[in-house]
Amino acid sequence: MRLAVVKRDTKSKSMAVLIPLISFIVSLILGAIVLLASKSSPLQAYSAMLKGAFGNARRFQYTIVEAIPLLMCGLGVGIAFRLKFWNIGAEGQYVWGAIGITWVMQFWKFLPTFMLLPIGLVVGMLLGAAWAGIPGFLKAQWSVDETLTTLMLNYVAIGFAEYLYINAWKAPYGNMGTPEFPEEAWLTQVWGKVHSGLFIALALVVILWFLLYKTRWGFELNMIGKNPRAARYQGVSIKTNIVLAMLISGAICGLAGSMNTAAIAHRLTKGVDSGYGFTGIIIAWMAGLHPFASILVAIVIAALKTGAESLQIAMKLPESMGEVLQGLVLLPLLAGTIFIEHRLKIIKQEAQ
Amino acid sequence: MNQQTLLTPVVRMEHISKHFPGVLANDQVSLELYPGQVLALLGENGAGKSTLMNMLVGLYRPDSGSIYIRGELADIQSPQDSMALGIGMIHQEFMLVGNMTVAENIILGLRDLPFVPKLDEIKTKITELSQRYNLQVDPDAVIHDLSVGEQQRVEILKLVYRGAEILILDEPTAVLTPGESRDLNKIIKKMLNEGKSAIFITHKMDEVIEFSHKVQVLRRGKTVNICDTKEVTPRDLANMMVGRDILFSLDRCPFNPGGVKLKVEHVTVNNPLGSRPFLDDVSLEIHQGEILGIAGVAGNGQSQLTEVITGLLPCSAGKIYIDNKEMSHATPLQIIRAGVSHIPSDRGAMGTVGDMSVGENLSMKKYRTKEISQGGIIKRSFMRAFADKLIKTFVIKTPDQNTCVKFLSGGNIQKTVLAREIDSCGGLLIAVYPSRGLDVGATEAVRQNLISQRDKGNAILLVSEELEELQMVADKIAVMFEGRIMGIKDVKETNTEELGLLMAGTTTVRRDA
Repeated sequence: MRLAVVKRDTKSKSMAVLIPLISFIVSLILGAIVLLASKSSPLQAYSAMLKGAFGNARRFQYTIVEAIPLLMCGLGVGIAFRLKFWNIGAEGQYVWGAIGITWVMQFWKFLPTFMLLPIGLVVGMLLGAAWAGIPGFLKAQWSVDETLTTLMLNYVAIGFAEYLYINAWKAPYGNMGTPEFPEEAWLTQVWGKVHSGLFIALALVVILWFLLYKTRWGFELNMIGKNPRAARYQGVSIKTNIVLAMLISGAICGLAGSMNTAAIAHRLTKGVDSGYGFTGIIIAWMAGLHPFASILVAIVIAALKTGAESLQIAMKLPESMGEVLQGLVLLPLLAGTIFIEHRLKIIKQEAQ
Repeated sequence: MNQQTLLTPVVRMEHISKHFPGVLANDQVSLELYPGQVLALLGENGAGKSTLMNMLVGLYRPDSGSIYIRGELADIQSPQDSMALGIGMIHQEFMLVGNMTVAENIILGLRDLPFVPKLDEIKTKITELSQRYNLQVDPDAVIHDLSVGEQQRVEILKLVYRGAEILILDEPTAVLTPGESRDLNKIIKKMLNEGKSAIFITHKMDEVIEFSHKVQVLRRGKTVNICDTKEVTPRDLANMMVGRDILFSLDRCPFNPGGVKLKVEHVTVNNPLGSRPFLDDVSLEIHQGEILGIAGVAGNGQSQLTEVITGLLPCSAGKIYIDNKEMSHATPLQIIRAGVSHIPSDRGAMGTVGDMSVGENLSMKKYRTKEISQGGIIKRSFMRAFADKLIKTFVIKTPDQNTCVKFLSGGNIQKTVLAREIDSCGGLLIAVYPSRGLDVGATEAVRQNLISQRDKGNAILLVSEELEELQMVADKIAVMFEGRIMGIKDVKETNTEELGLLMAGTTTVRRDA
């Protein structure tokens, strides 16, 4: 007897809901095995994680705060992914957003203070867009492989940010980090720790959904992603749209960076490359590139992170255990998506 | 062939049914194939021929019914199972890896291959087999560099290498030149003499008569007739398939050309990889109300000609005018805006987006217009109404308009392209093999449609490999050979012999054996 994976004749809608659920249960079981092996009670551990993520208003706010940049990076890379353009440079674009707002806050002294925040956000967006536009242009003009260019540009951006907060823009006191932004220019908090960036992120979800599913441009992106030759034949310019989609993708990731910096750290410092851009890739995939589904996925991933942190505190488990559990949850979820379009078939020992 | 009925059939399919969402593709179909026999499977697009065969090779599983191979009940769950039973299929779209060699393609997927295959032994075996069946191909040639006919030979070799005894050929001659079809016929005859048998899916009546012993006609998933080939005429078969009389000649208005619609002047398109340009100093013009046919063996620059006109391929030298306006370097969108429609030769790779719905595919030209969108926003209700109208007019068989195009049969995918392009035609229609893969009924409708577009005053460039079609439909015929136009003839003043000579380039010798 052997097992084979075969394509389903039709896409299954019920499976699209059922499979993530089953995958989640599988990952809980896998996690339980690891926890038992390290002599901890899985039930206690899971309830600690749940409490850590949603247990009280403060923890819940913290989860939302984590989810905001994740959601935005997921939305950003999702646009490029629609064109089968593998933008794995969201991290770098996010960092440029953070650099952009810091530049405005620190050096554009000629601006009235109330203008610093909106202009800072916009400049962050533009820098993110420009950084993403480079690989977009290289791909459109000379077919340079985008997986390499976007990935490598991340490290350039991260390195440059490091140079800024350790050397060029360093605050006179302390050993790293730029001076703190003026308090009037911080992103306001709306509910506990949750800042008004939440509304920007949710507005983006609606705008993108409308753009992608309702407009002619969305229709064209869909065509390019699913059959670029057919799209070109129908008069859709692939080069222009690749550059355009990358500019928007980078702008959203850049905005995530500038927004989060204005809301949390209030300065450019270590930890600006905290992995939101990379995790955004997972979010875009798990949400099937759908903007609304990205909200839910971003919250789940954020909860995993916040939950794992309190697991360390509550259960005295090493920090790495939290990361192991996060990985164990993601793996079955990602692997499970294959079964939405495929099914498992049991093949009996060949007859005769 | 009477003694054959005494033998056990090699393939017996009994009361096979298969449902797809919204369609009953096969309804209680039974089929028998005897050793040494060729069975022609005939039917309109979407009649269920390919579905039935896909069940025999394990790509689909029947909902009910049973399959017996050499008298024994067989449970075919995968293509590997069917291969083990000696069944092999050549699909309409070849399943070859373009940048690998012939030998590599032939052994690809073989189960009992050692970790490091002994390529030399394999190549010797391939050479032996290719000599035995007259299938000349170089085992070291890369698939990319082979003609369509040669690629098909590789597909056949792949099957005989794996010891296939039952060959299923899905429209094998649709992509071949007349000479290549004759070769294929010889190859099949040779295999039959060795006791192999074959099932042949086709739309071409002449081939049924020429190739097969027995004909089985399917209509809407059911068998409507099984008979000996000797007892029927092409006309009988056509009527059985469609269930009504077919016109073999078409009504048309007298030729009354208007102004020049398209003018191509000394156009050359360089081939960056080859020594010979794709197009070499091509000049032609088409008037309103005129059909210019392009004849020639596939691969002699026809597709490049249509692509340079539609802006998909850059023009290296020369000039192209549409309505007396120079459009030599226009973008595809500018060409579309100038009212040019284009039915491309490859319906799957270029003509449609397989993962999008029938409705969306039908709207891919008009989505920019008020018929479907307003202010950049697509009106889904408009799109639905528009698509329903086209589905009805062009009799596209689909469960509904939300079905992905890739789930339709080949002929209905072609109809989707035709519907969209003919509907959006604004003066010039470029049609490349528009009736390829269509059954007689649909072919007739396409030809009638082209003629009525012409009668309405549209200019049409029709690329076809079938001289008969061109002679029936076109007003003038230009013959292409190695990227050049060998001559442009008035249909009434030329004949098949003259055109055939021009197609062969007159200076070269055919390589037929």
